[in-house]
Amino acid sequence: MSTLHTVNKSPFTHTTLLSCLQICGEDDGILLLEDGVFGAIKSSPCSEQLSIIMQKGIKIYALMGDVKARGLQEKLHPDIHITDYNGFVQLSIEHRCVQSWY
Amino acid sequence: MTTNNKSITCKKLLFISRHAPYGTSLAKEALDAILAASAYDQNLSLLFMDDGVFQLLSAQDPSDLEQKNFAAMLPVLALYEIENIYVHFESLQARQITINELILDGVQVIDSKTICSLLTQQDQLLSF
Amino acid sequence: MQLLIGTQAVELDKEGFLKQLTDWNEEVAIKIAQQEHIQLTAAHWEIIELLRKFYQLYELSPSMRALVKHTEQTLGAEKGRSVYLLQLFPPSPAKLACKIAGLPKPLNCI
Repeated sequence: MSTLHTVNKSPFTHTTLLSCLQICGEDDGILLLEDGVFGAIKSSPCSEQLSIIMQKGIKIYALMGDVKARGLQEKLHPDIHITDYNGFVQLSIEHRCVQSWY
Repeated sequence: MTTNNKSITCKKLLFISRHAPYGTSLAKEALDAILAASAYDQNLSLLFMDDGVFQLLSAQDPSDLEQKNFAAMLPVLALYEIENIYVHFESLQARQITINELILDGVQVIDSKTICSLLTQQDQLLSF
Repeated sequence: MQLLIGTQAVELDKEGFLKQLTDWNEEVAIKIAQQEHIQLTAAHWEIIELLRKFYQLYELSPSMRALVKHTEQTLGAEKGRSVYLLQLFPPSPAKLACKIAGLPKPLNCI
């Protein structure tokens, strides 16, 4: 797999996730962490684009600790994969490069 | 991961500069990092996208801020033989910046799709 | 570290670069060069002047490679060679010439 994109900004205040979605390729993965996990909820301004991207087979992950801390467990988009720090490490290994969007 | 000799001695590094100058030090750090990296004979590229494209405006004059002028510093990239310089087309478009307003003559304007494949060709991405 | 010019003291960092770039003048350059065992000639001054203009323009101290290239573009191929610069400012031309020209230490000079 080619690039793992990490996003740590909320799409409600930043265009970071949108920029990431613009250039994300089909072999890529996206990991939402810190305030980036607000991008994983159903009411996110990028929710529709996220659905389109996930239909293409691009996997989107959200970091469990950050989701839980913000109380977003019940608000998540159903197709988002939940992962933890071990998963984060695994994803970093599986992808050729990591691009952090911040 | 490949372990042949070539990939060890000469790596393809893409520096991605996505932040505007002056407000934070990120833009300057990207420039310092790529100039420093040029000492190691790697294959270097630089991409400006999002607010990073504001670094290229030729009308910049930060003398009142007592900061260094980006428009003055960027042409130095050619002296360091950093010739792969890219600007994201959609970022320019969103900000209504035309290529005539940019400081670098040698920049290549590329769209999102091209950036997507540019990323897949790199050994390492450095985000600023 | 201090450099004494007559009765005036100029502050240097531990590697001998000027702490205040505005402290530079020709006398300071001559003094710094002496400490590096370099007797400044017209050929040296030509490079010093070139470096000061480079800094004014780009607000950066050039690396060796950039200095060679810039010298070539400005003063021609004869002088734009590392051997020429090495003769003038041995053993580390970019670093020494910047020091004498009152510029900060080049960023990628290891």
